[in-house]
Amino acid sequence: MMDLRKAKACILRVGGTNCDAEVKAALEDLGLRSDILHMDWLEKGKLSEYQLLVFPGGFSYGDYVRAGAVWGKKVLTKMRRDLERFVEDGRLVMGICNGFQVLVEAGMLPGDGGQFSPTPRAVLANNSSARYECRWVFLRGEGSHAPFARRIGKGEVLRVPIGHGEGRFLAESEEAVHELIRSNRIVFRYARPSGEPAEGAYPFNPNGSVHDIAAICNREGNVIGMMPHPERAFFGWQAFGYGDPHRYGDGRKIFEGIVDHIRSL
Amino acid sequence: MRFLVKAEVSLKRGHFDPEGDVAAKSLKDLGFGVGTVRVSKGYTMEIDARDASEAKALAEEMCRRLLANPIKDDFRVEVLFIEGRTD
Repeated sequence: MMDLRKAKACILRVGGTNCDAEVKAALEDLGLRSDILHMDWLEKGKLSEYQLLVFPGGFSYGDYVRAGAVWGKKVLTKMRRDLERFVEDGRLVMGICNGFQVLVEAGMLPGDGGQFSPTPRAVLANNSSARYECRWVFLRGEGSHAPFARRIGKGEVLRVPIGHGEGRFLAESEEAVHELIRSNRIVFRYARPSGEPAEGAYPFNPNGSVHDIAAICNREGNVIGMMPHPERAFFGWQAFGYGDPHRYGDGRKIFEGIVDHIRSL
Repeated sequence: MRFLVKAEVSLKRGHFDPEGDVAAKSLKDLGFGVGTVRVSKGYTMEIDARDASEAKALAEEMCRRLLANPIKDDFRVEVLFIEGRTD
């Protein structure tokens, strides 16, 4: 059992990232100390001090070239070895929104272990609505083995916001999607309020993602990428329509899963 | 030698292009008789290489490594300008 007071999270920042402070507030509310670090300040070897690494949302490098592409390649050139070791150690990596795009562009998701594929094996393409979708959506837990979902049962519904223009998840092929399903690597799908999968129907599936995919993890479950922003649905007062502002929002369950996992190490 | 190389990155054939569809609709609203519109992105790059074929190969590698995502994009590379020969 790990003493949570000895654990730490690292939230990376580069030009154009956002919600790093919200992620820190969420983790620290649950007792996990968090550093917000610019990627240029992350010296070689320093990553091993942390149990969780977060790539937050935003518009890194102005979303130039493709959302997440420039930061994704920078990750490869600046911290590839350290990150591979971090993941192979079983530590947790979380990419939220733009952070998900970064992990895909770096070739880390969908992936096996800490291995980066030499070219991306998926893409988060322009939303099929041709709009920036900024609103609340319903997610459905898929009973994933990922620690991030350990507090969320199969079919359980979460209400969490999104804010993205490029969120349509596409894999290499239909077979690649089936492989994600077979290996239980789909963590959340977009759903109707009842918890039924959206089956592609707009506005429940906000971007046209194949199989309503909102979040995937690697084979081992310790790397997750998700388009929705759980840190924007952590405190009751952030969440529109939850009723009591003193209660917590649904996004908290994802962070609770992280903290439970770290405590159990 | 310095070359000017253009890389054009476009969505694969049959790949849904919402931006192109919006442009097509707007052009039709303006009265233009236009069919399908596809959006692509162009990068004009100065590249130092021994010869034009090396410049082209380097630009193709740049597309594979960064400028295009192989799941959704195709790319095409053209050497536009060769220092001392076409200027």
